[in-house]
Amino acid sequence: MKTPLAVQVDDLTVAYNYKPVLWDIDLAVPEGVLMAIVGPNGAGKSTLIKAILGIIKPIAGSISIYGKPYEEQRKLVAYVPQKGSVDWDFPTTALDVVMMGTYGSLGWIKRPGQKEKKAALEALEKVGMLSFKNRQISQLSGGQQQRVFLARALVQNAAIYFMDEPFQGVDATTEIAIINILKELRKAGKTLIVVHHDLQTVPEYFDWVTFLNVKKIATGPVKEIFNDDNLTKTYGINYKVAINK
Amino acid sequence: MTFSEYFELLFSDYTLRTITLGTAVLGAICGMLGSFAVLRKQSLLGDAISHAALPGIALAFLITGAKDTNILLLGALVSGLIGTFWIKGMTSKTHLKSDTALGLVLSLFFGFGMLLLTFIQKQPNANQAGLDKYLFGQAATLVEDDVRLMLIVTGISLCILLLFWKEFKILLFDADYTKTLGFNTKFIDVLITFFIVLAIVLGLQTVGVVLMSAMLLAPAAAARQWTNRLSMMILLAAIFGILSGVIGTAISASQNNLSTGPVIVLVATVFVVFSFIFSPGRGLLFREIRFRNNRKDLQLKKTLQFMYGIAKTHDNISHPHAIRILNNFQGFTKKSLQQMEDKEWITLQGQQWALTHKGFNEAMNLYNKTHD
Repeated sequence: MKTPLAVQVDDLTVAYNYKPVLWDIDLAVPEGVLMAIVGPNGAGKSTLIKAILGIIKPIAGSISIYGKPYEEQRKLVAYVPQKGSVDWDFPTTALDVVMMGTYGSLGWIKRPGQKEKKAALEALEKVGMLSFKNRQISQLSGGQQQRVFLARALVQNAAIYFMDEPFQGVDATTEIAIINILKELRKAGKTLIVVHHDLQTVPEYFDWVTFLNVKKIATGPVKEIFNDDNLTKTYGINYKVAINK
Repeated sequence: MTFSEYFELLFSDYTLRTITLGTAVLGAICGMLGSFAVLRKQSLLGDAISHAALPGIALAFLITGAKDTNILLLGALVSGLIGTFWIKGMTSKTHLKSDTALGLVLSLFFGFGMLLLTFIQKQPNANQAGLDKYLFGQAATLVEDDVRLMLIVTGISLCILLLFWKEFKILLFDADYTKTLGFNTKFIDVLITFFIVLAIVLGLQTVGVVLMSAMLLAPAAAARQWTNRLSMMILLAAIFGILSGVIGTAISASQNNLSTGPVIVLVATVFVVFSFIFSPGRGLLFREIRFRNNRKDLQLKKTLQFMYGIAKTHDNISHPHAIRILNNFQGFTKKSLQQMEDKEWITLQGQQWALTHKGFNEAMNLYNKTHD
């Protein structure tokens, strides 16, 4: 039996003003993979995620999640934005931020109750942040903030997770903690799509990879397509020396 | 009139009571909604909106020829909203940054408003006198109907705030994420913005176009200093707003020739300055105190570390040593040694010191503290 497609992107084109940021992207992500999106700065990695999630309106193209339009499948999708995209001096606590993950299933007006709080505490525990639950978020370190963001997505209990550079600016301990959680999620059958910068760790962390530089260069299993040829095509310089597998 | 006379009058004098109630309610709604403006980093939006309201007032007068407050404020609301959506449109559709858009709309609308005001003043219509009160505000012109309108709007915005609390909070913190959860962020955004515009328009009569943004921002900025909870911040901002209104009115009523609006704004500013200096968590004073204490503590630990270096070469760590051998180390005084004894790190006997077990352990763990 063929694995179903978790995410399918057809002919996606995004432009800011006149300059295309993403050009005619076709992408099919099978269920249960831990996929890295790699590419140079300005390649449109974050934009691709944002366009799939409807945060940015594409000029053309269609997105489907498990065969249906994204709008109908929102509950299956969780998003971990870049840490730097919010103001961490906002007056709230770690627990409160994680609780926000439950807002989607609550819908309008209804307030989170005991059930939501319990789920949030469990998620905080999973990322090793339970003892920081009442900490004001500005008093968390960068790695801790990233874990809080991850916990907020975990609370959504989604099938597909989109993450925008979850390893950015975190120390080695946090990086290992995060990748272990991601691998656990994959084991549980979830699909993870991660914007990633560190090419060295791609073969170790991920089983699927997409090379992106405005156009899609290649997508597939890391073992088959993570090679010098694709790296050179994506980054424009010879990567033979840089990557020692 | 002195302060105490003022407060006696407050209970007997109808006009004074109306004005005080009006400025208090205005302070409350501005503090509440101003918190949103501050947290969205749209502090300057309030300034642009209040200036943008001016041509609306003038046009409403020109069209109706009457000086009915409600109609003038309706005009202000319409032109304030138009200004706001121009700003939003400009920032989302062009390359202009929001500060440029704010500046453009502010000066364009204010200039147009001033033009209309001078035009109106040249007209033979005797009714026109007093429109310029919207520039700097004139609390004395508040009547019961105005206060009632303020109360109603404040009540409605409070209900909306409580109803959409969760949605407001998440939009303020992380708009993109809110969108992915399926919320209509545009709707929440318009709702917040609409009530901010409404609060500004309500304040025009009392505080005026020019100073209105301070009324919106000062209580919120002060409140942020005292708490790390959004609900508490909004509550405190409302309280600071109320106090600014009441105290400002009291001061201006007890002195001659002090216009109420500017005094209220000054009182609100006093709250800001006080909060920035004296708040325990974020205030400058306590930060300085913490900084100094840390430095002092570090000095002591440096001395302790030196003593540890000597003591650990002996079998008995509490073996006494002469204070003199610390001489080649600069970081100690009689006082600091005394402080170390108070902490039970060392014992002092005459000209000798000896490390205690507590001090020894403290020194040993100085550099391998696991930090969270």
